[in-house]
Amino acid sequence: MIGVLAQASTTDFDIFVQTFFKAAALGSLYSLLALGFVLVYKSTQTLNFAQGAMALVGAWFLSLVFIDWDFPARWLPGPNWLHWIIALLVAAAMAAVMGMAIEKYTIRPMIGQPLFSMAMITLALEVILRTISFDAVNLTTRSLGVPWGTRIFMLGGARVAWSYIAATVMALLAFVAIWRFFKTRMGIAMRATSFDQEAAMAQGINVSRVFSIAWASGASIAAFAGVFASMSPWPAGGTANRDGAFFVFRALPAVVLGGLDSVVGALVGGMIIGFSEIYAGQYLSGYTAVLGVGYQQVIPYLVMLIGLLVRPYGLYGTPEVRRV
Amino acid sequence: MRGRPSLYTSYEAEAALLPTRTRKVALGLLLIVLVLMPFSMPVIDQIPFVRFLGDAPWLRVVNRALIFSIAALGLNLLAGLAGQVSLGHAFFMGVGAYTAVLMGGVSTPHLWGWGLPMWLWLPASGVVAAVVGVMVAPAAVRVRGLYLAIATIGLVFIGLHLSRVFPEIAGPGALGRKWPKLQFRFWKEEEPFLDFSDNGQWLWFEVGRVQKTYFFLLALLVLLAVAAANLARSRTGRSWAAIRDRDVAAEIMGVAEFRAKTTAFAISSFYAGVAGALLASMVGQMNPEAWNLLLSVEFVAILLIGGMGRVSGAIMGTFFVVLSPRFVEQFIGWTADQAEGDGLFSGFWDLLVVVGSGDFGLISVTQQALGFPLPASALDEIIYGVLIIVFLLFEPLGLFGIWVKVRNYWKGWPFSY
Repeated sequence: MIGVLAQASTTDFDIFVQTFFKAAALGSLYSLLALGFVLVYKSTQTLNFAQGAMALVGAWFLSLVFIDWDFPARWLPGPNWLHWIIALLVAAAMAAVMGMAIEKYTIRPMIGQPLFSMAMITLALEVILRTISFDAVNLTTRSLGVPWGTRIFMLGGARVAWSYIAATVMALLAFVAIWRFFKTRMGIAMRATSFDQEAAMAQGINVSRVFSIAWASGASIAAFAGVFASMSPWPAGGTANRDGAFFVFRALPAVVLGGLDSVVGALVGGMIIGFSEIYAGQYLSGYTAVLGVGYQQVIPYLVMLIGLLVRPYGLYGTPEVRRV
Repeated sequence: MRGRPSLYTSYEAEAALLPTRTRKVALGLLLIVLVLMPFSMPVIDQIPFVRFLGDAPWLRVVNRALIFSIAALGLNLLAGLAGQVSLGHAFFMGVGAYTAVLMGGVSTPHLWGWGLPMWLWLPASGVVAAVVGVMVAPAAVRVRGLYLAIATIGLVFIGLHLSRVFPEIAGPGALGRKWPKLQFRFWKEEEPFLDFSDNGQWLWFEVGRVQKTYFFLLALLVLLAVAAANLARSRTGRSWAAIRDRDVAAEIMGVAEFRAKTTAFAISSFYAGVAGALLASMVGQMNPEAWNLLLSVEFVAILLIGGMGRVSGAIMGTFFVVLSPRFVEQFIGWTADQAEGDGLFSGFWDLLVVVGSGDFGLISVTQQALGFPLPASALDEIIYGVLIIVFLLFEPLGLFGIWVKVRNYWKGWPFSY
């Protein structure tokens, strides 16, 4: 009876609000993944296809630290959510170390090679990391022990999940952090390197350190995205599972739409893709018979293709200078 | 000075398909070996390492490699020659496969199919894929480099979705539907006059169906490889190379960029379509999800491992990528045998593989479940990834680069450096 009442009291506006929060959360996730891509691409000119596998590995790290090792709770008093956040930071740090190792042994020797050889290396890394993490995640999914779980709250008549808020806040924090980081000494060095490697070297910037920091931050952002992508309502509430690795290929349109080398582009592109996917899923669901089940997952690619036709280098991307 | 690999005394000599005598001899020998491959030779089989395949399970894998070679040749024209790296090759293979099943498949209340013979559906699968390629080209011409690669990933996902929207063509659910067999007949319901999908007799020989398929695919591959090599030295092929090397300069010299890229997409898609139709038809039944991004990635890996822009590189790379997982499997089986027995190194192999339960080791032979002792299937994938990385790190020119190094060493011998 209560369910029926709740149904009856949900107005069109409530559905709109509900969809808005969901779209903002998905858009933030896409933006986060896109931010990882952009950071790595800007500094090392490598398109990191392994981002999704890194995200899954990051989620696995969290599960390892928080559930298996029970790491923070063993030594620290305090509430559960604090332990979880500490575990999340530890997992991100582990992911950063992994990113640095990957950069050192596979990317740095390839500097100066064609872009596609680099992209192919990351695709091979994707295969390796995905296989290893599938092996670790196993067929049964692993719990991440998310403190807010699948809980929701009511905003007027709209039902909003706490995980939507968490994902949006996380993405905003990451973007603010990156924006602040670009004002620091190291951040300026990174921007200079992405502008012109040789000139940066001539100014005394340690370019290889810039590379390794870019990969470390890319990997830890991927880990955050991996954790937040495995919360409700996505694949399964609060568990890391196999879908996580493929989630990233749905974030690629966000990167391309925004432009491969633009941080603002990552934010805007991610939001556009997220909003169009969720709103199309909500308001075109009457046409499912024509569009086919799961049509909303194709929307990002359609938006990307249309965007590329209008602006071949994305909304904020730098056009390549073509010399004869 | 004769016999130097890069010395040409006339333009004809440089443009020849097989410029040196070594290559002519090598290709002739290779063709003889390839033709004899599916037979069991009574005498030659006794020599160790020279063992022909016969009607073995290995021949199926080789058949798969032959089909993949056709698709790789197509991507080689587009990515290696015209410089447009596309990750949408699996999409075009899928287009070819579904054209084949729509034209040649059996019609039921839930499935569409016109039951046409193979001499119609095989070329049509290529042509339809090429037409789709031409339709995609205007969008693809505008974007370049990595943007193009990602845009073509979009094609793959849109294709996967379309296969779900049209279960009448793709078949219901994950099982897919039955593809028409590889057999030649004049019209719909007639007896086939040339059947590659059934055991039978050719002249005086008993030939199994895998062997027949092998010969058919080999003939097709040779035909398409010669066509690709010829195309590469034609006006079209040279215009592609010009676009790849510097598009603005090529346009200034009067190469029509749009037309060159469009033809590159069309012809590469033709190869992909034919390969897709052949693959689905040989396997017999395919899950629509098989035409996914990993398949596309495999072809880019093939080109990078084999060497970009070379017909021989594309074919060598294909055989390497398709056959190496099987070799890994064989090797793991062999280590398990070693660990079981009491040979000299059995203790070493015992440390590496897990045979029974409660054994210590890294790789598990018996159990397929995921978990710490890695199952052999997971090891396959990891080794595949590691191989790609190792190749790119140490031999950026791929197998072709290794061949060039070997050749140059012996050309200069005994004064090689």
